[in-house]
Amino acid sequence: MRKRAASFFVTSQYAPLVLAFFTVFLVRLAPAQQKPVVLRGGKLLTVSHGTIANGVLVMENGKITAVGDAASVKIPSGARVVNVAGMTVYPGLIDSETQLGLTEISAEQMTNDLVEVSDEIMPHMHVFDAFHAESELIPVTRINGVTNAIVAPQSRDTLPGQDAFVQLAGRSADDMLMVRDIAMPLNFTGAERRNQGPFDKRKFPSTRMGLAAQLRQAFLDAQDYAQKWADYEKKKGEGPSGDDKGKKEPVAPKHDLKLEALVPYLQGKKPVVLAAEEASDLETAVRLAHEFNLKLVLNHISHSQPVLDEVAKLGVPVIVGPIYEDPKPEERYDTIYRLPGDLFKRGVKIAFASFDAHNSRNLPYQAGFATAFGLPYDEALKAITLNPAQIWGLGDKLGSLDSGKIANVVVATSDPLDVRTEVKQVFINGQEIPLTSRQTRLRDEYGGK
Amino acid sequence: MLHRFTMFVRLTATLSALFLLLLISGRAAAQGGPQPSAANEVLIKNAVVMTVTHGNIQNGSIYVKDGKIAAVGANVSASSSATVIDAGGKYVTPGIIDSHSHIALDDDVNEATSPITPQMMMIDAFDYHDKAIYRGLAGGVTTSLLLHGSANMIGGQAVVIKHKYGANRDAMLFPGAPRSIKFASGENPKRVYGSREQLPSTRMGNFAVQREALVQAQDYMRDWDTYQAKVKGGDKDAVPPKHDLKLEALADVLRGKLLVQIHCYRADEFLTEMAMAKEFGYKVRAFHHALEAYKVPEKLAAEGVGIATFSDWWGYKNEAWDAIPWNAVMSMLKGVRVAIKSDSEDFARRLNQEAAKTMRYGGATEEEALKMITLNAAWIIGVDDRVGSIEVGKDADLVIWDGYPLSSYGVPNRVLIDGDTYFDRSLPGFGMPHYKEGQ
Repeated sequence: MRKRAASFFVTSQYAPLVLAFFTVFLVRLAPAQQKPVVLRGGKLLTVSHGTIANGVLVMENGKITAVGDAASVKIPSGARVVNVAGMTVYPGLIDSETQLGLTEISAEQMTNDLVEVSDEIMPHMHVFDAFHAESELIPVTRINGVTNAIVAPQSRDTLPGQDAFVQLAGRSADDMLMVRDIAMPLNFTGAERRNQGPFDKRKFPSTRMGLAAQLRQAFLDAQDYAQKWADYEKKKGEGPSGDDKGKKEPVAPKHDLKLEALVPYLQGKKPVVLAAEEASDLETAVRLAHEFNLKLVLNHISHSQPVLDEVAKLGVPVIVGPIYEDPKPEERYDTIYRLPGDLFKRGVKIAFASFDAHNSRNLPYQAGFATAFGLPYDEALKAITLNPAQIWGLGDKLGSLDSGKIANVVVATSDPLDVRTEVKQVFINGQEIPLTSRQTRLRDEYGGK
Repeated sequence: MLHRFTMFVRLTATLSALFLLLLISGRAAAQGGPQPSAANEVLIKNAVVMTVTHGNIQNGSIYVKDGKIAAVGANVSASSSATVIDAGGKYVTPGIIDSHSHIALDDDVNEATSPITPQMMMIDAFDYHDKAIYRGLAGGVTTSLLLHGSANMIGGQAVVIKHKYGANRDAMLFPGAPRSIKFASGENPKRVYGSREQLPSTRMGNFAVQREALVQAQDYMRDWDTYQAKVKGGDKDAVPPKHDLKLEALADVLRGKLLVQIHCYRADEFLTEMAMAKEFGYKVRAFHHALEAYKVPEKLAAEGVGIATFSDWWGYKNEAWDAIPWNAVMSMLKGVRVAIKSDSEDFARRLNQEAAKTMRYGGATEEEALKMITLNAAWIIGVDDRVGSIEVGKDADLVIWDGYPLSSYGVPNRVLIDGDTYFDRSLPGFGMPHYKEGQ
């Protein structure tokens, strides 16, 4: 496909026209920052090195190039200087699990590309293949300061596919997909037992035993598969030596996309995002993950309070939430509200996720709410900025106001974690994003403010 | 989530038999414990009192007697025997009122076997053990309107509860609350019946079904009126018409005895519903969800119809696609009485945050935002003369907050209903003085 397009481009008599079109297209749709932008006079929440009361932040070529006190930062010549006195400036927020770009109207099946349910083991499903860059949900999300997100398939399979890490600006998926296949969810919450029902209708796997066995077999198969390919590559690499000259070329093993998808995770090259709720499920799934030396990020663990010390000993990060999950009848009302604070106290690195699409924009309020239940404010902010950046391997690019990082920067009237705060400006890649969405258009059309 | 809920329901069902025994044997003793009894006097002092109707009172006090607010102000004289609660300079608001809830119904929300079921009484499904009542209470909710679901064009009759978790069933019913009936429209009825190849499967069908039921009710009412006139006129041979619970309930709608609460999303459907109400001579109390109210707010205001809406929930179905978070304030500014409601176990626990969003989306004032979860919600339920503001003579349903209530950080420290503390965050366990574990 790609090849054909290229040859059309080269040989067509319309080549100049096409070239002109693409030039315009690229300039319009993948906007690069035109000139330096300086945010002057705001309160900078750097996340990495405290708060600067009267700060200056410089963005050039899509990157943050200077952050500091107003008195100490030199303003580049020719820069657009924005006075943000009285405003609060903070790094773009990162939502560690969403279905953005996979759904438009939840109840309308044809607008959903959430998960394949023909099998529980579907690691070869790639979110990037379905990610809908033009989704109306994306502007709604980013104008509230959420600039980046993990997009994950819905959690109905044990292995539903591979996540993408997106930047929420750009008009094509290519612009927005920062990291394809960044991680792989492994869901073990009991909810994946969809084959339950009357005994005569059941099929494998219908229990946790079944799901675990199926999972284990898949990983073993993938190990064998990787071994076969390694053997083949080795033989091929050795080439026909003096004695073997008569021998045949080694035969390549058959490709299997499903098993191939698992290999990088078995090699510990990428994280597996392990979702469990109850302590017993968590322990089973972690045991299984350890059998295969998987690199882990834990997810939810909303009802695992009895084993939080053990969780801490694992030394892996946890995506918490939604903390609005209902406690069990025997649990106090704030059992899950307290979870972020309880994990932080044990030294666990946490990140929040909305686990939503339409209201991913409300991510910061969850973090704010957790501060009323034992999570220190700075940690709450970190859990939607620098922590997720680090957890997803992008700590050098995102999550704080530091020189050299991607210029995803938000200017707001006040405290980013408070529901009353209004976002005034959003920069993604140093480019100012218009604060418009389908919702603001409807508001304006009907005379709202 | 649903699964867990069902499990819980089963558990509570099993426990309820046990509980009945406990109730009979030990209840009286348990209630006579350390907490002040409802009949006594309470003085809340050193509070920022957010009255809703007459501004905030800095360093204010509230004197509660016999479950009612007896005095409120900067200087309040109370009897020396009153139990004193020092609010420590924190905010006190009226109890939050949720004008659209389906909790505590043991999943019996929809009698989805016919599109017209006005004779369903939600009180018959009321499960007062449901811990969702407690979790709402811990979020500051003191009164909820428990409605029938939206599967039917005309659903059942609501029950109004106070969140007195740990008290018995009857103590939880809001005494003297007016009757409300749930109507619905749009996608839900047409999907439920359309998927069975039954009427209604379109919006035409929806309204035809509704109109037909109302016409039958008119006939029924006429037959009874004729009969009663005959009896009055001394006709000893007059034969009474047959009683019909369904038509009796609808006749009460036509007689204006029920507050009509309509689940309705689209602007065109508000207009159709209001036209039908006019045609049959009843009033619409409020449109619920009402996500497109901002498109026709003048029309709603002209008819005196309120709305019970979400702050920012949207896109979950086609008729929620035009929802915008400015809906509440845009409607309010055109004279519509607006409430923010939960329609969810989850949102019911933090309606204060949901209301606070209206300050950010459209610039509601603090008082306007607070009104959306107190006095306006009370009006929708028809209990605004009893609750929803901190005024002398009203029920002492009060929340003492930690943090500013209209923010991400506002969390109830203590919740009083009828002057009695039902939730106290500082207590261990569930934080409920009237609830004993294992109950």
